[in-house]
Amino acid sequence: MANKSFDVVIIGSGPGGYVTAIRAAQLGMKVGIVEKDALGGVCLNWGCIPTKALLRSAEVYHNMQHAKAYGLTAEAGYDLKAIVKRSRDIAKQLSGGVSYLMKKHKIEVISGFAKLEKGTDAPKVIVGKDTITAKHVILATGARARTIPPAGLEPDGKFIWTAKEAMVPDTMPKKLLVIGSGAIGMEFASFFSAFGADTTVVEMVDRILPAEDAEISGMAQKAFEKRGVKFLTNAKVNSVTTGRDVTAKIEVNGKIETHNFDRVILAIGIVGNVEDMGFEDVGVKIDRTHVTVDEFSRTGVKGLYAIGDLTGPPWLAHKASHEGVICIEKIAGKNPHPLDTNRIPGCTYCHPQVASVGFTEAQAKEAGHEIKVGRFPFMGNGKAIALGEPEGLIKTIFDAKTGELLGAHMIGAEVTELIQGYAIAQTLETTEEDLMETVFPHPTLSEMMHESVLDAYNRVMHI
Amino acid sequence: MPIEILMPALSPTMEEGTLSKWLKKEGDTVSSGDLLAEIETDKATMEIEAVEEGTLAKILIAEGSAGVKVNAPIAILLEEDEDASALDGFETGNSGPSFETPPAEAPQDEVKSQSNGNNKTKTSPHPEAGRQSGDSKGEGGETRIKASPLAKRLAADAGYDLSAITGTGPNGRIVKRDVESYDGAKAAPRSADKPAAKADPHAGTDVGAVRSGGANYLEKLGINPGTYDLTPLDGMRKVIAKRLVSSNVDVPDFPLVIDCEIDALLAMRKELNGQAPEGVKISVNDMLIRASALALKHYPEANASYTPDGIAYHHHADVAVAVAIDGGLITPIVRGAENKGLSTISSEMKDLAGRARERKLKPQEYQGGTFSISNLGMFGIKEFGSIINEPHGMIMSVGAGAPRAVVKDGELAVATVMTVTLTCDHRVVDGAIGAQWLQVFKRYIEQPITMML
Repeated sequence: MANKSFDVVIIGSGPGGYVTAIRAAQLGMKVGIVEKDALGGVCLNWGCIPTKALLRSAEVYHNMQHAKAYGLTAEAGYDLKAIVKRSRDIAKQLSGGVSYLMKKHKIEVISGFAKLEKGTDAPKVIVGKDTITAKHVILATGARARTIPPAGLEPDGKFIWTAKEAMVPDTMPKKLLVIGSGAIGMEFASFFSAFGADTTVVEMVDRILPAEDAEISGMAQKAFEKRGVKFLTNAKVNSVTTGRDVTAKIEVNGKIETHNFDRVILAIGIVGNVEDMGFEDVGVKIDRTHVTVDEFSRTGVKGLYAIGDLTGPPWLAHKASHEGVICIEKIAGKNPHPLDTNRIPGCTYCHPQVASVGFTEAQAKEAGHEIKVGRFPFMGNGKAIALGEPEGLIKTIFDAKTGELLGAHMIGAEVTELIQGYAIAQTLETTEEDLMETVFPHPTLSEMMHESVLDAYNRVMHI
Repeated sequence: MPIEILMPALSPTMEEGTLSKWLKKEGDTVSSGDLLAEIETDKATMEIEAVEEGTLAKILIAEGSAGVKVNAPIAILLEEDEDASALDGFETGNSGPSFETPPAEAPQDEVKSQSNGNNKTKTSPHPEAGRQSGDSKGEGGETRIKASPLAKRLAADAGYDLSAITGTGPNGRIVKRDVESYDGAKAAPRSADKPAAKADPHAGTDVGAVRSGGANYLEKLGINPGTYDLTPLDGMRKVIAKRLVSSNVDVPDFPLVIDCEIDALLAMRKELNGQAPEGVKISVNDMLIRASALALKHYPEANASYTPDGIAYHHHADVAVAVAIDGGLITPIVRGAENKGLSTISSEMKDLAGRARERKLKPQEYQGGTFSISNLGMFGIKEFGSIINEPHGMIMSVGAGAPRAVVKDGELAVATVMTVTLTCDHRVVDGAIGAQWLQVFKRYIEQPITMML
């Protein structure tokens, strides 16, 4: 039984929690961070990073298969265990990196499962037998994959995977069903299909990557279909039953079809980790598994805040980090601005990659904007051709009246590295004029960002 | 390196001005301190003097150009050891062709021209403009406005002056939300951005939607074009409109009316003027200034300004007096009037009013003040109310003094009566304070000998 006291205690060490801890330490606070598992949270251990490692293996494998196109010879083969090991090693390495960062900033890491109890300045945090008090407590407990047990949609230790199980596959499935075509579903579909899995993706709405611009969704679907991935849109999986393999009853446009698979990946969204920690006992409001907060992450309970996936969308690592920084700066009496969620870029690392920021074309119109739309295809870009990546598009959407960059949408090689340029443009509130006046280096993929802007104003050069 | 001469800010509120006259020609040698040009600002005409020495190589803004933004380049000076060839390839701060920039375009390049200021020099207003300590717009006449490109465009489209908008972005940068939440912007939400519905002459009576105004402002209100002449808003009119609107919106004011008998005052004035030396002639207005100032000194609770941080109680009675001038009005200030005798007040007022009419007042002569007087008695106005001129806590409106029937000791009598209306800013001056101040003022007026003490 020990009592500890801090200026701020953060529960959860994912990209929301640990970044907030570092910022708090920079602001001169005495910081503690509670983690029940490995430092770095899902992002680092079971999400963003290990999947990028897997997808890199898939990309290199794909290039080996197409070595001839580059005048090379290669014998393409793979060792799934080694691929997974590489991914796990990278996760471990980065988790160790977070551990170092905590030490460097003199942040005390407390291992264990935290519970809240009513306190004075802020709720008390109970970890095992220890009672931790702090002036401010920040919840950053994250989220996990959504499951639907009554329909058999939950991990069963063998056939049914969530992202976490899919990241350490025991075997390369021959026939794979991916339920959900959001970022997570599409990345796994991309990975497994690259290694030859006969992959079917089921999506409830009428297009894949439903959060993206419809035009980009359409292009992504075509690109995947070209590589053999099958899509069932306007479809839902009513139930799965397991025996020798998995039998899935899939309702497509109202008709029920039965298909057999040897593995199923659930990518049907996430639920916030809100249970068993006494949130409601101290007065936290929870709305459909997510904690309700204001623009500075305040829960309404004195001294208690919540950030990241635990709160509202978008559920992205970089949103969590940024939100945490805003939260702690507000606590420190600084004057941060609330996060503008429309300026948070989103990236999907499937092949081809998809990246976007701001309004889609449909959202821009719905918001009442008269718009100008620019498009530039990878086909018109020298660097894309030289890379052997001639498929893709960069689309920009401007307010016709003010020249405000309302949104940008990309599909194709390395677009996840490009989108940041437009995110800066939006944050600095540039207009089309500033973007046109910016010099983009040649030859780069980024030139397409320039051309897309020029196209919106009928000044495109290379198409 | 050629030196750019920039349009100076002659006062904290100056955003643009008219370059009314060049006092030097191209090719003239200029020494430090030489008068270069006359600038007409929102309220005054002033000369600017050179800070650097050299030759006036190029005049960029022609005489008579209106709407020249503060800090726009207006001329190029060559240093002593330079000849005209130094001008080859030298560009002014704007991105356009160097010297061909027509005057009308210069203001648009204002912000750009401020961003790389190494080869720029500031002109200093002559005489040195008084700068109010509370001014946050930077030092030494530089009024760089930080704004995002989008904010600049939105403000330009809406016709807002960026300098009037408070920035909330990094380091006070004006960003989109600031323009959108700017006072004027409230009435023009995004729906106003949408293309106007088909031009239906009867559809435009929605007053909220017409404010982005301009030429079709009146048409939308049912007044046909061609039935009136439109005079562009000059600097003074813009300032009057802006300040009085904000006062009317922000200041909760209320009027207090009182009658003063002024027979004794008139008699004393006659006596004073009869004995005054040549050239001194005390007016009733001078006596009102003195009486107000003494009342403010006697009752300091009323000599106050509202600020978000607290109520400022002023040490001196700086009495601003509204003077009608061609094209508007201006309020020159008699500072520390509580310590000035009638003849000093009289001669100061005469000088201030005279120069006000010629628009030659210095900014520090009309900016600030703690109290104002507006007198329309000479037009026979019996009584009226005025709009508070912030930061003043009160303004006194003076009607005509005229013989009126009064009751004295139960008998009907005739007295010369002047009605004054005191408009008070209720945030600082409550009813009882205003009323007691008026009592004191009335005593000075009705027993004028007391103001000679």
